[in-house]
Amino acid sequence: MHPATSVILFNTFSGLGFGLLFWLGMGALVPTGMSAFIWFAIAYLFAVGGLIASTFHLGHPERAIKAFSQWKTSWLSREGVCAVFALIATAIYGAGLVFAGTQLTLIGIVGGLASLGVVFTTSMIYAQMKTVPRWRHWTTPAMYLTLSIGGGALLSGQVGIASVLFIIGGALQIFAWVSGDGRFSASGTTMESATGLGHIGKVRAFEPPHTGTNYLMREFIHQVGRKHAQQLRIITIGLAFVLPVIFMLLPAGGHIFPALAVLSHVAGVLTLRWLFFAQAEHVVGLYYGKR
Amino acid sequence: MTQLPPPSAKKLGLVIDLDTCVGCHACVVSCKGWNTENYGAPLSDQQAYGADPSGTFLNRVHSFEVQPEQGAAQLIHFPKSCLHCEDAPCVTVCPTGASYKRSEDGIVLVNESDCIGCGLCAWACPYGARELDAKEGVMKKCTLCVDRIYNENLPEEDRQPACVRTCPSGARHFGDLGDEDSDVSKLVAERGGFDLMPEQGTKPVNKYLPPRPKDEMPEFDILAPYLEPIASDGKGFVGWLDKALSSLPGGAK
Repeated sequence: MHPATSVILFNTFSGLGFGLLFWLGMGALVPTGMSAFIWFAIAYLFAVGGLIASTFHLGHPERAIKAFSQWKTSWLSREGVCAVFALIATAIYGAGLVFAGTQLTLIGIVGGLASLGVVFTTSMIYAQMKTVPRWRHWTTPAMYLTLSIGGGALLSGQVGIASVLFIIGGALQIFAWVSGDGRFSASGTTMESATGLGHIGKVRAFEPPHTGTNYLMREFIHQVGRKHAQQLRIITIGLAFVLPVIFMLLPAGGHIFPALAVLSHVAGVLTLRWLFFAQAEHVVGLYYGKR
Repeated sequence: MTQLPPPSAKKLGLVIDLDTCVGCHACVVSCKGWNTENYGAPLSDQQAYGADPSGTFLNRVHSFEVQPEQGAAQLIHFPKSCLHCEDAPCVTVCPTGASYKRSEDGIVLVNESDCIGCGLCAWACPYGARELDAKEGVMKKCTLCVDRIYNENLPEEDRQPACVRTCPSGARHFGDLGDEDSDVSKLVAERGGFDLMPEQGTKPVNKYLPPRPKDEMPEFDILAPYLEPIASDGKGFVGWLDKALSSLPGGAK
C-alpha cells in the first residue's frame, strides 16, 4: 500500500492526541485553569491536526460532511461520528476545568472512552480489509489502542503506565510483524485464484494492460523501500519503545529527558506507520504479477 | 445507502470468454470512449503524450502466460472490469453513501456528487475495478453502460455495454445472470464459468469462461516405420561395421 504522508501523519498524531484526551477524560490528571487550557490545547492540536491532515488525501474534502451518514456499515463513517462526539464531550469536560475549575467526571469518562472509540474505529478501517491480509488481524486494533493509550500516558507524564504499555506495545508489534509476514500466503489468494487459470498450470503475468503506470499501481503496489524493512523494524522498536522507556526511567533532570522520550517515540511511531502501509500488500497486485 | 440491498432477482453482468479473447483491447478503447463522453465525470488522462502517461480506465486487458506441467505454455488475454459483486465490499465501506448497488438489477454505481474521493472503496475491491480519477477527484468504475442498456434512443442492437458491442471476437456477453434460462446463464453452465478470487467472498456476478483445452495432433506418419534408427545391438555385417567404426580413433562408442 502507498504510504501517503497525510495518512501517516493522521495516524500518528491523532493517535497521540486522542490517547492524551483519554487520560485527561479519565481523570488521570486533573489540571484546572490555565494549566488545563494548555493540556487540552496540546491534545486538540494533535487530535484535530491529524484529522485535518487526513482530509488532504481526499479528492473532495469540501463534501466531508457527507461522511457522517453511513455509520451503519462504514468504519470510516463511524470514525468520523466518534471523533466529533469525542471532541465535543472532552471540550465540555475541558471547559469545566478551564473556566469553572469543576470536574464533570461522567462527561470526562464518556469523552475519554469515545476518544479510544476513535482510535478503535480508525484501526478497523484497516483491519476490515480482506484485500490486505497483513492488516486483517486482531493485532491491528490491539496495536492502535496500545500505541494511543501508551503515547497518551507518555504525554501526560505517567512514567510507570507508559513504560509498561511501551514494553507491551513493542512485544505486540514484533508479534504483529512476524505473524503478518506469512498472512498473504496463508490467505489463499494467489495469481491462480485471481485469474481462475490454476487448473491449467502456473500463471505468470506476461504483459500488463498498459505501458505506463495507473492509479491501482500507485495506490496498492509499493515495493520501494521494502528491502530495508528489517532495518526499519529494528529502528522502530528502538525509537518508539526502547529509547522512550530508558529516557523515562533516567533520574529526573528537568524537562530534557521527557522531551527526548516524546521526540523519540513520535519518530518511532512515524516509522512504524510508514512500515504499516509500505509492507502491506494488496491482492490486486497479483494481476500485475507484483505484491 | 451503502447497506447492500437484498439480492435482486435480476443480476445484470458480463460473461467473458477467455478462450476467444484475442487481446485486441478494442473493449478498453470503446469503454473509455463511451464513458468519457457520457455518464458522469470524463475519464481523464495525465500526460497522455508525455514521458509518463497515465489515465483512468474502467476496463483493462491483462495478458497471462500459463505453463502446464507438460507441454507448451499458453498465452491468455484477460479483460477485467467491475464484476458487480453480490456482496460488494466496495459499497459497504463507503462513508458517504456515494457507492451503491441497485436493488432492481444489481449494478454497482457511484453517485459522483456524493463521492469525497477517499479511495476506501478501491482499497476494499480485490479486483482493482475502481480507479480514482486524478483530475475530478471522484471514484470511477464500470457502470455496465447503464446509460446504454436501458436507452430507448439507441437502436436495440446498441442497448448493451460498449465493450460487448464492440468486441470483434465475440468474447464478451451481456445478460441477466439471475435468470437461469438466459443465454449468458446457459453459457456459464455449459462452459463451466467461474468466479475470480472466490475465497474473497464477494460473490461476483460476472463470470469468466475457461480457455478450451488445446487440440492435440494424433501421431500419423506413414514414413515413420521406415525411418526408425538402426538397432545399436545389430548383428552380422551391421554389427561388425558398428564395432569396427567404434574401434577407430575418435569413433563413437
